[in-house]
Amino acid sequence: MLNQSTIATARSGLETGKITATELTQACLDQITAIDPTYHAYLSVHAERALAAAGEADNLMRRGITHQDRPLLGIPISLKDNMAVQGAPLTCASRILENFVSPYDGTVAKRLKDAGAILLGRLNLDEFAMGSSTENSAFGTSRNPWDPSRTPGGSSGGSAVAVKTDQCVAALGSDTGGSIRQPAAYCGCVGLKPSYGRVSRFGLVAYASSLDQIGPVTKTVQDSATLLNVIAGHDPQDSTSVPQGVPDYTEALEEGVKGLRIGLPKEYFVEGLDPEVRSAVDQAVTQFSELGAEIVEIQLPHSDYAIATYYLIATAEASANLARFEGIRYGHRVDGDDPFTLNSRTRGQGFGPEVKRRVILGTYCLSSGYYDAYYLRAQKVRTLIREDFLRAYEKVDLVLTPTTPSPAFLLGEKMADPLQMYLLDIFTISANLTGNCGISLPCGLTKDPLLPIGLQLLGKPFDESTLLRAAHTFEQANQWHLKRPPLQASD
Amino acid sequence: MADEAFDIRYTASLARIELSDSEQEAFGNQLADVLQYVEKLKELDVDGVNPTAHPAPLSNVTRTDAVGPSLPTEVALENAPAQGHRLFLVPKIVE
Repeated sequence: MLNQSTIATARSGLETGKITATELTQACLDQITAIDPTYHAYLSVHAERALAAAGEADNLMRRGITHQDRPLLGIPISLKDNMAVQGAPLTCASRILENFVSPYDGTVAKRLKDAGAILLGRLNLDEFAMGSSTENSAFGTSRNPWDPSRTPGGSSGGSAVAVKTDQCVAALGSDTGGSIRQPAAYCGCVGLKPSYGRVSRFGLVAYASSLDQIGPVTKTVQDSATLLNVIAGHDPQDSTSVPQGVPDYTEALEEGVKGLRIGLPKEYFVEGLDPEVRSAVDQAVTQFSELGAEIVEIQLPHSDYAIATYYLIATAEASANLARFEGIRYGHRVDGDDPFTLNSRTRGQGFGPEVKRRVILGTYCLSSGYYDAYYLRAQKVRTLIREDFLRAYEKVDLVLTPTTPSPAFLLGEKMADPLQMYLLDIFTISANLTGNCGISLPCGLTKDPLLPIGLQLLGKPFDESTLLRAAHTFEQANQWHLKRPPLQASD
Repeated sequence: MADEAFDIRYTASLARIELSDSEQEAFGNQLADVLQYVEKLKELDVDGVNPTAHPAPLSNVTRTDAVGPSLPTEVALENAPAQGHRLFLVPKIVE
């Protein structure tokens, strides 16, 4: 089963000549054919292009090009369908972009190609990355690999499903309020949200520009570090990308956690936490302590305000960002006799319900008379939340929490009540408001039904090295990441 | 502060989104719940607190004012729903 490879095992197989990039790519394509009708991770698959790129990679390797030169040479990787790849569809899982073809490569796509990666296809998401379940995709929900009647999480649900079901070796997602970490937790993958400014957003269709960040969804922490090495770094085309050097994130992985101070926010271990999630996370804390870390109780007193703050700031930014979809320059158009009618009909028919709700909410909180009460106040509370974390990081190196309050929920369960859906983001959302980096990795399984539990670690901005080191140490001490779901082949 | 003031029909028109009657009713109720929930931010004293617009350790990023390559007109028009004379076509605005 070549498609079960990690980046690390695929690289060694390619280097020793045991496998070819063509075989590896074909194995992933075969898996997509076999199971994706059930799980619906992909919105489009580019088999011909991928096999051509794989053939080219095999040629380069025969000519002596190595993974020293191109760290992802011959590795099949798929992208969430909100990142531009030249000549490929870029739908954002929205009717309004159903027929859009990207005229250019975004920076992550360019960096992956330059590193030799094979881009396989486009992964499902909640429309414009707004949602926590992929149920807001205009092209149908993705399904959880452990139980297809449940959500894989979202918005990067397709990324987590594709990785966990071995329909690619690794994937990229984007995370605005937990959209990489939450699906990683629900599916049993490793999901990393880098610090704000670490990875260029050029070519990422903007949802909330001060919160969005691209990151890896992978089978192991080591793969996450390898992929981050490729995509991180300053990009003149994204003025919010930070001109700071990129260390080799794989270098410190084996250094252990001895002496690391890990903070437990007491506000996060309260009512509403599923008992099995609580017990798995408690065990993780005990283990970190046995592995030599120092566990410190900390306070993040404004935690309870994070969701309200997020849903004002994110929707305000979304209302501005999505103004560009007006039926004139690209995308779906519904005609009208005047521009106002054309714009309103186009957006009324082109956007799905959640996107409409968020754009309208954002418009409201930016509108005259409400700006100070909503948007400006939320920005001030954002400062308070940020200061909580700054104070905490004077005492600790990392913060440890569950990724989600409970395991994956049933499809349809939360669709009628958007507010209840929003409240699930409680543990992931602060890292986007503060710019911290965060990772989710598997730390257990519930008993009946069998569903993955995610452990979240949050690091200081631009301290991905410490974050990945602690995550790797825990992963290797446990092997939860090797647990496989009982997959159902499609008829 | 708000739910009586929240007019879904007016706000949707500001957002240039045409809603059906059933959408107006459903979204109006759902957003009223959300607005009720965010009221909790009023519990905090934010006097003298500076707003945070973004978390990047950057300010006033500038670049050299130099001409670089950009998308050719034909390519920029490829995804347009209506085009002509190398331009985007829009409905008539002035008689």
